[in-house]
Amino acid sequence: MTAGHPPSPWQDQVYELLKAGGITQFAYVPDAGHKRLIERAIADNEVHAVSLTTEEEGVGLLAGADLGGRRGVLLIQSSGVGNCANLLSLIALGRFPFLALVSMRGDFGEGNPWQYPAGRAVEPVLQAMGVDTVRVDRAEDVAGVVAAAITQAFQGNRPTAVLLTQRLLGAKAF
Amino acid sequence: MDTGYLLDRRTAVPQIVGDHRDFLFVTGLGGTSRDISHLTGDGASLYALGGAMGAALSVGLGLALARPDRRVMVVTGDGELLMGVGTLATIAVMDPPNLSVLCVDNGHYLETGGQLTHTARGTDLEAMARGAGFKATATVDGEAQIDHGRAVLREPAHCSFVLLRVAPTEPPAFRRDMDAAATRLRMKASLA
Repeated sequence: MTAGHPPSPWQDQVYELLKAGGITQFAYVPDAGHKRLIERAIADNEVHAVSLTTEEEGVGLLAGADLGGRRGVLLIQSSGVGNCANLLSLIALGRFPFLALVSMRGDFGEGNPWQYPAGRAVEPVLQAMGVDTVRVDRAEDVAGVVAAAITQAFQGNRPTAVLLTQRLLGAKAF
Repeated sequence: MDTGYLLDRRTAVPQIVGDHRDFLFVTGLGGTSRDISHLTGDGASLYALGGAMGAALSVGLGLALARPDRRVMVVTGDGELLMGVGTLATIAVMDPPNLSVLCVDNGHYLETGGQLTHTARGTDLEAMARGAGFKATATVDGEAQIDHGRAVLREPAHCSFVLLRVAPTEPPAFRRDMDAAATRLRMKASLA
């Protein structure tokens, strides 16, 4: 366990919700905000934990999973959302299900100026490419929002990204 | 520029694939989607990208992980593959034994006016696949190697990569279904 990022109860709740939602492919770019989810997926023989070299790979991976009748989730940081923009064409045109959990940088309390441009572009980029966004600021709201997002993505046919904000995660200390 | 490669994709791609019914296909935008839609009669075994350049490998990986009971072949061009070349590493470390990659390398961006790709200027995609961690790879640039390439694409123990070097000539003329949602449902229904 890394100092400063202890696993929180809501992170285990989210993992259980994703598993209960039938998700078997966890595509991720390593990120402190998703540390617990990534560890759970790697340790779970019932799912594939796929480490990506860049976020857009995860968009293709989730589409491929759907072609084969499986469900996936994309775990990324806000700086990677822009990398996904063109490949979200595939989600929109193919009407593929899409669920992403985005850990935010470049918002509340951010001290690293390099995080702001992409952080502020997260919602406009996702919305422009047809992905609904919902922000979560409080630990007690996470499970409910993720459950709703699973329903939207896989039953409602609404591509959905849950933004885990720095109010929730805490601004990263350097 | 003359790359010196003589194989005609219209004959070499069907020869190296062999019986297409052995595979589910994901193809990259451009020529390879025409190659394989022609070969399969634009069948339910094919998901052909018409955009989303760079996504063929990752879509193929997701499908291969989802369906370990079926062989999946990604057929894509050198330009399309280069746009998502890091995915070679992602595939190699997962090493799904039911996933094969056939890169039809003509050294050119044919659809945009015939500009050279990096592979016509020294980049070796088989070496990159091997460096990414693929254990089963081959380069095929003549008739004599096609049988070997076809065998590598059926490697049972590891994911595999075959670089098929062809002349920069046109793929088969074929008008495939460009509706990404209809072709998605077509494949899903065939696998249900």
